[in-house]
Amino acid sequence: MATDSRESSDAKSGVLTPAATAARLAVIGAVMLIVVVVFASVGGWLSPHRLTQDRIIQAFQEISGAHPGFRHNHAKGLCFSGWFDSSGAAASLSKAEILQAGGRTQVIGRFALAGGMPAQADTPAQVRSMALRFIPPGGGEWRTGMNNIPVFPVNSAQGFYDQLLATRPDPTTGKPDPAAVQAFLAHHPETARATALIKARTVSSGFADSTFNSLNAFRFVNAARVTTPVRWAMEPLQPIAEEAPAQGAHADKNYLFDDLIAQLRQHPLKWRLLVTVGQAGDPTSDATQPWPMERQRVDAGTLTLDAVSSEDGPGACTDINYDPLVLPPGIEASDDPLLSARSAAYSLSFTLRAEEKARKAPSAVTPQEVRDGGKL
Amino acid sequence: MSEQQARLLEQQARFPAISRFLHWLMAIMVLSMLLIGIGMVATESNRYHVLVSIHKPLGIAILILVIIRFVNRLLNPPPPLPASLPGWQRMAAEGSHYLLYALMLCMPLIGWGMLSAEPYPVVLAGSLRLPPILPQNATLYAWLRQLHTVLAYLFFLTFLVHFGAALLHGLVRRDGVFESMASFGRSSPRRR
Repeated sequence: MATDSRESSDAKSGVLTPAATAARLAVIGAVMLIVVVVFASVGGWLSPHRLTQDRIIQAFQEISGAHPGFRHNHAKGLCFSGWFDSSGAAASLSKAEILQAGGRTQVIGRFALAGGMPAQADTPAQVRSMALRFIPPGGGEWRTGMNNIPVFPVNSAQGFYDQLLATRPDPTTGKPDPAAVQAFLAHHPETARATALIKARTVSSGFADSTFNSLNAFRFVNAARVTTPVRWAMEPLQPIAEEAPAQGAHADKNYLFDDLIAQLRQHPLKWRLLVTVGQAGDPTSDATQPWPMERQRVDAGTLTLDAVSSEDGPGACTDINYDPLVLPPGIEASDDPLLSARSAAYSLSFTLRAEEKARKAPSAVTPQEVRDGGKL
Repeated sequence: MSEQQARLLEQQARFPAISRFLHWLMAIMVLSMLLIGIGMVATESNRYHVLVSIHKPLGIAILILVIIRFVNRLLNPPPPLPASLPGWQRMAAEGSHYLLYALMLCMPLIGWGMLSAEPYPVVLAGSLRLPPILPQNATLYAWLRQLHTVLAYLFFLTFLVHFGAALLHGLVRRDGVFESMASFGRSSPRRR
């Protein structure tokens, strides 16, 4: 090129022609612009339709309203503490310190109701959750959140988001738009199947006699580095009583939490950690699908709860993000896309409520209510 | 040899090999880190877990390397900038270099500190974990989390200025400054 020859001759004297200078400045500008565009593209600014943690949290806020300082989902809850005694039966599957024989691990947990309304009235049908933070002496922490449903209604973050929007209550009727729900289910047959299983479940009388399922699959890794797909559940040692029809019309809008407070005053509550051992072919990336009933279940140990506290009291669970990807050596994430989606959304939700902490309204279950021993 | 050529030769002093190695290694690490950081807060896909899992050990690696690099800078001072460089550009160059050092040092510490305050375990790999460096405090977490973001943008802007200035030296000023870092042969970089 003509410019090149002129430049190279000029280079000897160290001077560029004005045209060559302009051309080189343009090249520099273009290179820098490319760098900026790459960053913007990775950061999602060029793809406004990408589903991000921001949009998921925004959807919760649109549907449930703004509740500064509260979790965006499972907003109504109660803290508890206790410990986990490992039976050692799962130690051959996982090298996790928590699961070794004879180990006792401190646990800080939280019972909650699904949904973004921190003051919603307790109802039998509302999904109940148990979240646990295992703090073993060796420091390999494990956090898990489980629900009292047999399968999860969706198997992807997009499905979760679409379902949130499709089932949002209409401001005039207070109920979801049936047409929107139908359209959503037509696109998500897995949700239609899972919802049928969820509706068919037996609802127990309270938190204390509920079985809580991990829903997502994980991988246990043992000392020989053998990996096993697993799901787990906390099964109550308290006798399971079916939800009495009258209880649904309870005057106390915190009746599920108050029952729990009162029961725990009388005696500690216990659950068994049952680990379902998956086999090749069992779906690990689809939380809407149950695993075959005949799968082996290992009784990994016993969870004992001996104290509850309000989230506004000295509640040690209030500022805990029950991120399902906080896993100890010996437990790993599966290929279930919901794990990353939950982790990403929980992280943002935690950041927002930490920022809003000073503006938080009182929690539905107050420290006084816990001190009064519930309203049994 | 003309006077100008003599001056250029004098200015050609390169950074020592160890300095160049640390610079380019960390350039790759820091750029990856900025991209991973900006990407992981804008995705809920399985990439999120992968990116977060890289972000933490990479950040701690940068923290260790920047300390080594700072010691190296004291042992091996950078070659002087050309005398022809205007004073404000000299100040901008030195200022931005110290800013880059400060950011490479502070960003990993802020990340480690904010996770400590959350509290969230800082797992680097498998059973390799770091102890918390701050007590649990949600308000402190929120503040550090925001600072982490703001400084990340500042880091990216400073990088852009640094990168743009390097290209200006290499393509327009052609004063040997670019080659003092961006040349890899054993021989003098400006031999043509």
